[in-house]
Amino acid sequence: MAALLEIENVSKSFRGLRAVSNVSLSVEEGGMVALIGPNGAGKTTLFNLIAGVFPADEGRIILGGKDILGLRPDQICDAGIGRTFQLVKPFPDMTVLENVTVGALHGTHDIDEAKESARKNIELLDMADKIHLPAHSLTLPDRKRLEVARALATRPKLLLLDEVMAGLRPTETDEMVAVFKSLNQETGITILLIEHVMRAVMSLSHHVTVLHHGEKISEGTPEHISQDPAVLDCYLGEEEDV
Amino acid sequence: MMGLNLLADLTLRGRICLLIFLAILISLPFWSSSYIISVTTITLYLAILGQSWNLMLGFAGLLSLGHALFVGVSAYMAAYLFSVLGLPPVIGIFPAVALAVLIGMLIGYLGFRFSIGGVYFALLTIAFAELVRIMVDHMGLIGGTEGLFLQVTEADRQGFDLINLRGHPWMFYYLAMLLAFLTLAGCRTLLKSKLGYYWQAIRDDQDAAQALGINVFRYKMYAVMYSSGIAGVAGVFYAFYQNSLFPESVFGIERSIEISLGPIVGGVGSLFGPVLGAFILTPLGEGLTEFTDYLQSSGLIDPKLKLNGLKLLIWGLVVALIVLFKPAGIWPWLNEKLGFSRKEGE
Amino acid sequence: MDFWTLANALATGLLTGLVYGLSALGLSVIFGVIRIVNFAHGEIMVMGMFFALIMFRWLGLDPLLSIPLAAAILFVFGYFLQSTVISRVAHLPDHMQFLLLAALAVMIVNACLLIFGPDPQAINISYSFDSFDIGENLIIDKSRAYAAIAAVAISGLLLGFFKYSRTGKAIRACADNYLGAQVVGLKVSHLYALTFGIGAAVLGAAGCVLLLLIEVHPYLAPGYTLLAFVIVIIGGLGSMTGALVGGILIGMSEALAAIIFQPSMKSAFSFGLLILVLLLRPQGLMGKSVK
Repeated sequence: MAALLEIENVSKSFRGLRAVSNVSLSVEEGGMVALIGPNGAGKTTLFNLIAGVFPADEGRIILGGKDILGLRPDQICDAGIGRTFQLVKPFPDMTVLENVTVGALHGTHDIDEAKESARKNIELLDMADKIHLPAHSLTLPDRKRLEVARALATRPKLLLLDEVMAGLRPTETDEMVAVFKSLNQETGITILLIEHVMRAVMSLSHHVTVLHHGEKISEGTPEHISQDPAVLDCYLGEEEDV
Repeated sequence: MMGLNLLADLTLRGRICLLIFLAILISLPFWSSSYIISVTTITLYLAILGQSWNLMLGFAGLLSLGHALFVGVSAYMAAYLFSVLGLPPVIGIFPAVALAVLIGMLIGYLGFRFSIGGVYFALLTIAFAELVRIMVDHMGLIGGTEGLFLQVTEADRQGFDLINLRGHPWMFYYLAMLLAFLTLAGCRTLLKSKLGYYWQAIRDDQDAAQALGINVFRYKMYAVMYSSGIAGVAGVFYAFYQNSLFPESVFGIERSIEISLGPIVGGVGSLFGPVLGAFILTPLGEGLTEFTDYLQSSGLIDPKLKLNGLKLLIWGLVVALIVLFKPAGIWPWLNEKLGFSRKEGE
Repeated sequence: MDFWTLANALATGLLTGLVYGLSALGLSVIFGVIRIVNFAHGEIMVMGMFFALIMFRWLGLDPLLSIPLAAAILFVFGYFLQSTVISRVAHLPDHMQFLLLAALAVMIVNACLLIFGPDPQAINISYSFDSFDIGENLIIDKSRAYAAIAAVAISGLLLGFFKYSRTGKAIRACADNYLGAQVVGLKVSHLYALTFGIGAAVLGAAGCVLLLLIEVHPYLAPGYTLLAFVIVIIGGLGSMTGALVGGILIGMSEALAAIIFQPSMKSAFSFGLLILVLLLRPQGLMGKSVK
């Protein structure tokens, strides 16, 4: 299969601090790739580079053969990337349905059509009973689910998920994993996720990339990663710091 | 048809109240005084402007503190075209509103080009309003500080000339009512359209909105254009209703504050809030004037004092109290108590 | 226009600008720390002017000598305003805070109107009509020179306070990092009230100084609020040096506008400058760049 997203030697520094250093990464069309690493490894920065929040200092980011580096976040969305935020950003004064409808209006002007597609996404994320609640009244896990539904509603080719399982109970995590698996199988959507919940990473991803101090230190299948001494080192090292 | 949609948002009780309210408004000239008619005309005019201002802040999260600017440039333009070139307002309204929209776009361009935050946009709107006020002060062509006047004859005051907007106070009253209704229904349509959804998304969280493919700059510009356009229409009405325009009384910052007050008191972001706010504040202001006049005539207060001061002092106090104790506005509170509007999903 | 007309105008503009800078400092301090745009800025300054007027009428006190008392009284006013009223709207959106302060502004103007009446009132001090003649052609009003010196001295004091004193440093810490300041045990609400108090005290001082230059009346206030907005946007919102630089720039541009066009056009000139700055350097001259 061809690569949908191709990240080549991307670097980003903030005030001299190298947050992402010379990272390359390739996500195949229809693939599910996890990005893991200890806190401060540069995962979210890499996401923000892909999503156009700020430009990379060096390197190239290519989506479906098209260079998307330097585009604005809304143009990145037009190009086919949907994202969630690590620190969730629902539209607090709008209802769940309205939140997701905003996403579904991407590519259509018809409100009824957008609402219909929003409802489907809300059901998919198992939030149908909360459809008319204002987003500010939701619990954190629900807000995360809302973000996923909203991003999905824009009909992206690639979905960037930033720690959407954090705070979920194990059974809820399994449900969410099942949702992504069936989405991936039915629609062929490609998923790149940042995740700390190893249970989700192991059962969901085909391929795992490990970042540490902004650099890629390992990649491979989940089984391979879980036995890589370099990876174990960086996590253990962190625990000693704590 | 837009009007019917408006009814669809309301509960039965809400619809009945709205219809009673409309019946009172429509029949008002037949049973009240010319004073009441003029106060209600101004109230309706302020309801239109409140709606326009609310479109920016309540829908799209953009704070305008110089809204009188859009009203004023349009009023001056239409009045100038009529008094000097003889162009009837029915045509003059187009260049007049276009000018208001253009100025809105200029301010929007300056304010939104860099995402520096809302304070800048707000301060820019005041700065532009002041700049234009001073410029108009110095433009002899349109009267300068001496003011710009529209000729009105006694025959005009009895007529019903919608093309030239010369006519009986009743004509202006019903025109204001029609405009207020159209603005309300139009804003409702906008709010329920893609534009409205996108505006609210930008208002609630700009970054998230952008990540969903919304070109934030463009949609903010749309909000400013619609809002300044509505203000422009109201400006033309104002020019021909007042027949006299002075830079200070048209562009002054008090005018801009007056415009913003109705929606804030009524409830920012709601459709009926601006209307309710106008119908609370304008009569309140009139009442205060009556009250201070009474104090003066009865000798309780030295008649030599300029009592405008006292009126505005109380007015400021009322506003401060609303901000402190009912910051969401009166409409949401009233609606909660009396159940006027239908919640989705019920 | 000959060289000396220009030189005189620029000198006048520079000295007036220093007073403007002091006044804008009051706005900048409050915005920089509490993130509130003080819509009652000019109104609080006019309170200072009226105070100096009363002191002059009753005791024959030179406005410059009224500065300490005016500053002290307005400090207390500002402290309590922040701690009892403004702090209550801190959680509300920007426009509600604007509105509360605008309402306060309306109340101050109209209270002044009821007490002092609408007519402009001037003071007449011994040196009102004196001037320093430097060489043959450069003439500087004594009152303007004294006003500028006082403005510079107070601005210097204030900058020193924020740079060196413990309290000043604590306030700056609050401005940089609200949460961090709370974590290290600073009493943020007290520091905010202190900041508003200091801002108001600066305005009291600026009002006294300004009374040397112009007549006072209640309707003066909104114009000075706007002027201060223009100055701090030009200088960079929240930047203290920016407020001073912006003040000088506006003072000089007003003076130039007065001789090139006509005095009543001077504020149009300032707004023109504002728009120019926003086009070329939107964060203001001394403001930190956004990205």
